[in-house]
Amino acid sequence: MRYGGFSTLLYKEVLRFWKVGSQTVGAPVLTALLYLLIFSHVMEGHVKVHGVIYTAFLIPGLVMMSVLQNAFANSSSSLIQSKVTGNIVFVLLPPISYLEFFAAYVLASVVRGLVVGAGVLFATFWFAPLTFAEPGWILVFALMGGAILGSLGVIAGIWADKFDQLAAFQNFLIMPLTFLSGVFYSINSLPPFWQQVSHWNPVFYMIDGFRHGFFGVSDASPWLSLAVVGTCLAVLTVLTLNLLKSGYKLRA
Amino acid sequence: MSAAIRIQQVSKCFGNVQALDGIDLEVQRGEFFGLLGPNGAGKTTLISALAGLVRADAGSLSVMGHDVQSDYRAARRHLGVVPQELVFDPFFTVRESLRIQSGYFDMGDNDAWIDEILENLGLASKANANMRMLSGGMKRRVLVAQALVHRPPVIVLDEPTAGVDVELRQTLWHFIRRLNEAGHTIVLTTHYLEEAENLCTRIAMLQAGRVVALDTTANLLRRFSVHSLRLRTNGVMPVELTREGTKNGGWWSLPFDGFDEVEPLLARIRAAGCRIDDLEIGKPDLEEVFVRVMQGQPRGQLN
Ligand SMILES: Nc1ncnc2c1ncn2[C@@H]1O[C@H](COP(=O)(O)OP(=O)(O)O)[C@@H](O)[C@H]1O
Ligand SMILES: [Mg+2]
Repeated sequence: MRYGGFSTLLYKEVLRFWKVGSQTVGAPVLTALLYLLIFSHVMEGHVKVHGVIYTAFLIPGLVMMSVLQNAFANSSSSLIQSKVTGNIVFVLLPPISYLEFFAAYVLASVVRGLVVGAGVLFATFWFAPLTFAEPGWILVFALMGGAILGSLGVIAGIWADKFDQLAAFQNFLIMPLTFLSGVFYSINSLPPFWQQVSHWNPVFYMIDGFRHGFFGVSDASPWLSLAVVGTCLAVLTVLTLNLLKSGYKLRA
Repeated sequence: MSAAIRIQQVSKCFGNVQALDGIDLEVQRGEFFGLLGPNGAGKTTLISALAGLVRADAGSLSVMGHDVQSDYRAARRHLGVVPQELVFDPFFTVRESLRIQSGYFDMGDNDAWIDEILENLGLASKANANMRMLSGGMKRRVLVAQALVHRPPVIVLDEPTAGVDVELRQTLWHFIRRLNEAGHTIVLTTHYLEEAENLCTRIAMLQAGRVVALDTTANLLRRFSVHSLRLRTNGVMPVELTREGTKNGGWWSLPFDGFDEVEPLLARIRAAGCRIDDLEIGKPDLEEVFVRVMQGQPRGQLN
């Protein structure tokens, strides 16, 4: 047990998903494994991307997609549950600043994302030769991507009054953004119009930069990806902090 | 020395509902204070404003001299709130919930105090039970325990005994009384006026977001309530007495101010040829005070 508002809230948020690990870690790892088995079976032998066999190319995409989706799920579902059941008062009554609140929820999301990501990597890397060409990028993009989706989860969890509003946020924003981001393909294989569209999707840069860490090659320069992802993180951090500071939907 | 709670000109609107309308209230250190009022009077809103769950539109609130907005960390550290709603976190056990709550308040290793609270609230045997498994009464006890983990000098309980069995009520009040004797300031809302009358030394009554009565319990009883002679008679009551009193279910109730009025009253009844079958003295009670205050009536008009 650690102490202080921030560290206790972080501990509580991590304990919360860890206690139901089969749902919060086991299930997404299994889902990613199924994607891998199906897509690699269908596509293997047909394509090589950046000179890498398709299954190897797919693995980092699945890992990063899992990091992002689970980071979002962690903060958003925790907040909506606390709001709907009313136990959010337990974190509103103590002397916890909005900064600590933000840091704890986002960091717990990052932890959940990384745990699931590591699980997916462990479950899938047997299926294809995988390299770790520039591991620094792997870590940087995993952390930043997790933090971005964790922040988005805080916003969604605070904004939504009901579970179905949160589900709408997830189904109509998070899922399309993560699926249409080059998880399953290189965007260079897309028609020019869709290539253009993909370049406006920040998740594309998260996945592309993350993948660069494995193979040392990518659709975009990792530095460009870093700039885009860093800007997104900065903007979302400011946005979320302002939302929390205003007390929106938390302190009437 | 600053007051335990100071509330100055506090107003709060929700849409077009004026929940609080210029509340002024001060609770001194060590008091056992009652906040009474019908549903919707604004009690919970006032407590929420004090706890920082609701932001007042106007006015200021402080706990032990710490403003709840500008100095919220100190204010919240000095305040323990038992919420009205029966809320709990289904992911954790009783002990985990209390340890986590301690951590939020920077309490360090707090297990000795947690054990003491558990013991005093009759929760010791449930320490490792998951919150989901507890009955409503047990969950209520945990809510009280959670409000106490950081040893707040000011403790606010919002209807802690609503829908709670007699045993818990007694356990709870015994413990809260002891905390009060040890110097903690207690603020309580309840619909059980007997409870408030027994426990609270001072009472504020709220109606539609305003304080409509504020005095010591003894003064309220004296000002708004009277003793009455309650009797059943065989025969016709003297006419002038029937005008002073009221009849309810075969019982006459005759108000009087001092005990020296009792003998002359009885003498008049006897002189009218009326036989007294049953007799008791009705003491002033807070329920009567409450009804009068809420109806804006002076004493002696209603029984
Ligand atoms: N969050 C809220 N949104 C809208 N109206 C509210 C809210 N909280 C309280 N109210 C209204 O404010 C008034 C006072 O409510 P409350 O403080 O709960 O009263 P009490 O605790 O004395 O029963 C009521 O009319 C209630 O409907
Ligand atoms: Mg209330």
